[in-house]
Amino acid sequence: MSCFISKYADELAKNAAYIGTPGKGILAADESTGTIGKRLSSINVENVEDNRRALRELLFTTPGALQHLSGVILFEETLYQKTASGKPFVDVLKEGGVLPGIKVDKGTVELNGTHGETFTQGLDGLAQRCQKYYEAGARFAKWRAVLKISANEPTELAIQENANGLAMYAAICQQCGLVPIVEPEILVDGSHDIKKCAAVTERVLAACYKALNDHHVMLEGTLLKPNMVTPGSDSPKVAPEVIAEYTVRALQRTVPAAVPAIVFLSGGQSEEEATLNLNAMNKLQTKKPWSLSFSFGRALQQSTLKAWAGKEENVKKAQDAFLVRCKANSEATLGTYKGDAKISEGAAESLHVKDYKY
Amino acid sequence: MSAFVGKYAEELIKNAKYIATPGKGILAADESTGTIGKRLSSINVENIESNRQALRELLFTSPNALSCLSGVILFEETLYQKTSDGKPFVEILEENNVIPGIKVDKGTVEIAGTNGETTTQGFDSLGARCQQYYKAGARFAKWRAVLKIGPNEPSELAIQQNAQGLARYAIICQENGLVPIVEPEVLTDGPHDIKKCAAVTETVLAAVYKALNDHHVLLEGTLLKPNMVTPGSDSPKVAPEVIAQYTVTALRRTVPPAVPGIVFLSGGQSEEEATQNLDAMNKLEVLKPWTLSFSFGRALQQSTLKTWAGKKANVGKAQEAFLSRCKANSEATLGKYSGGSAGGLASESLFVKGYKY
Repeated sequence: MSCFISKYADELAKNAAYIGTPGKGILAADESTGTIGKRLSSINVENVEDNRRALRELLFTTPGALQHLSGVILFEETLYQKTASGKPFVDVLKEGGVLPGIKVDKGTVELNGTHGETFTQGLDGLAQRCQKYYEAGARFAKWRAVLKISANEPTELAIQENANGLAMYAAICQQCGLVPIVEPEILVDGSHDIKKCAAVTERVLAACYKALNDHHVMLEGTLLKPNMVTPGSDSPKVAPEVIAEYTVRALQRTVPAAVPAIVFLSGGQSEEEATLNLNAMNKLQTKKPWSLSFSFGRALQQSTLKAWAGKEENVKKAQDAFLVRCKANSEATLGTYKGDAKISEGAAESLHVKDYKY
Repeated sequence: MSAFVGKYAEELIKNAKYIATPGKGILAADESTGTIGKRLSSINVENIESNRQALRELLFTSPNALSCLSGVILFEETLYQKTSDGKPFVEILEENNVIPGIKVDKGTVEIAGTNGETTTQGFDSLGARCQQYYKAGARFAKWRAVLKIGPNEPSELAIQQNAQGLARYAIICQENGLVPIVEPEVLTDGPHDIKKCAAVTETVLAAVYKALNDHHVLLEGTLLKPNMVTPGSDSPKVAPEVIAQYTVTALRRTVPPAVPGIVFLSGGQSEEEATQNLDAMNKLEVLKPWTLSFSFGRALQQSTLKTWAGKKANVGKAQEAFLSRCKANSEATLGKYSGGSAGGLASESLFVKGYKY
């Protein structure tokens, strides 16, 4: 094969396929300490370890929620945390049939000479870290590359650097038993139309899959986490069916069938938007050799966060809100969401923050 | 889109999809004058225009054969030829729902500094030629790029050159209404095993699809004509199921779902081998977002040629031989071939070392 067959090959393929199980998806709960701090401060909660732990416990112990999830992405700190009664989060997830995942990148840095474009760091010692994470129970990883659309962006340099970084990260993960989620996010910021987003997305994804091939990555043991194809944030919105059409077409033109599943990021979409768009894609009658699911952070947690507000007495209310979004998105992966989820406060709220820094 | 959507976009998509109809495939009858000369001399027939015309008439008028075909690739001379009754070949094909195609490349030339690797020529006036061919009734085109496996081959240079060439040819075709068949043939010559062929095929196809994306080619309006993944010609043979497994895996890893159909070349395989391998692929229980069919030259014509031997009296029998192979391959595209339409001729290997078209 042109791909490197790691000793974990069968396990990687099995886990990647499992994550793509229809009816399930990923909760992205891997906000770094800095980023989760912003979320907590938005509900007036102090950014201390115990609060970060409490929030994640709230999510992972929500009755009935885990059955709608196949994976949860964790930040390193969370991988080693436990419930208040002393049970490791990793065990809670595993018992619930959910694979633990781990964010392994170390954020973005600017590319010299470009107009604010970035590449992602985290390759140093990555193999050793991955081995450690595997021992701790992680079975997949995530690395976020970021590109933007502007007059002259993304440049070929930014595309190549980020594609190459993703490919190197992916190859290392596979050698260590972790399924790499490949995330080439094209930010929604801008006044461009949906056609422009489609063109850029196709170009970026083509570069990614060429790089993955060059680096001998086994596609059957990977997942893709792309942006949906939408108009820019400063452009008029379009219907979910339009987003579905452009998105699926872009994927048909670039993502080989060997990739078992595509798990969309939600970007700045509101909880309800993200679910409706995912649902529309799964309703679309066209060739889709990969399953289409979710890897949502904000779009799964926004109302939950607001309902919790850091108070113990709100935990049940918050868990109810979380279960509503999990169920809605689970149905969306099957194209059966009827848009009738009990809309909690904040579910329709746009989560777009200009030039969002994780 | 990153794809160029010109005035022919819908027509290209429609034609590519039609060619990929399950149960149908392509007859590659585009042998150049030089190449068809070799075939004719193997049956002691003189290489003159009327004999070339007679052979193609034999094929195109075989009763019931055309219903197994969605396209026929022609050489330029043939595009303008007629039956002995004066009916243009193009009309016969069109009346039988077979799309005429045209070979547009002008053969390979060596890349200096490599170990016998080549690039394909044919760009000069390609756009204008495509327009002419469209007017004459052609609706798809073919361009053959060639790569070989060796200790240091294929080189990155050869892969890039050929991928770029295919992409440039493809977009020019689309600008002029012709569906481009993209053919990056990795030759079977060599002692390498099937895994090596798989690795090279995957690397080559990945480069080809990156180039097609760079050149804004509309994938929905293209077809792929790859080699099957097999052991090298000097290596022990393997079962059709093994060939099917490696081939389909390679394609799943590299060919985007937007491509409607994959039409295999037969290389040096015998008629029967080629059919059995295609059948095994279509029987494989794995998700295949493109149809898998044939674009066979030798593997459709070998027994027909031998049976004909240039004699009018043999035409009926030769046409039966041709129909037999067409039917077999049509069944193979549906995974329904039950074997056994092999005469001794059908099992004859058609491998010629370092084959030059």
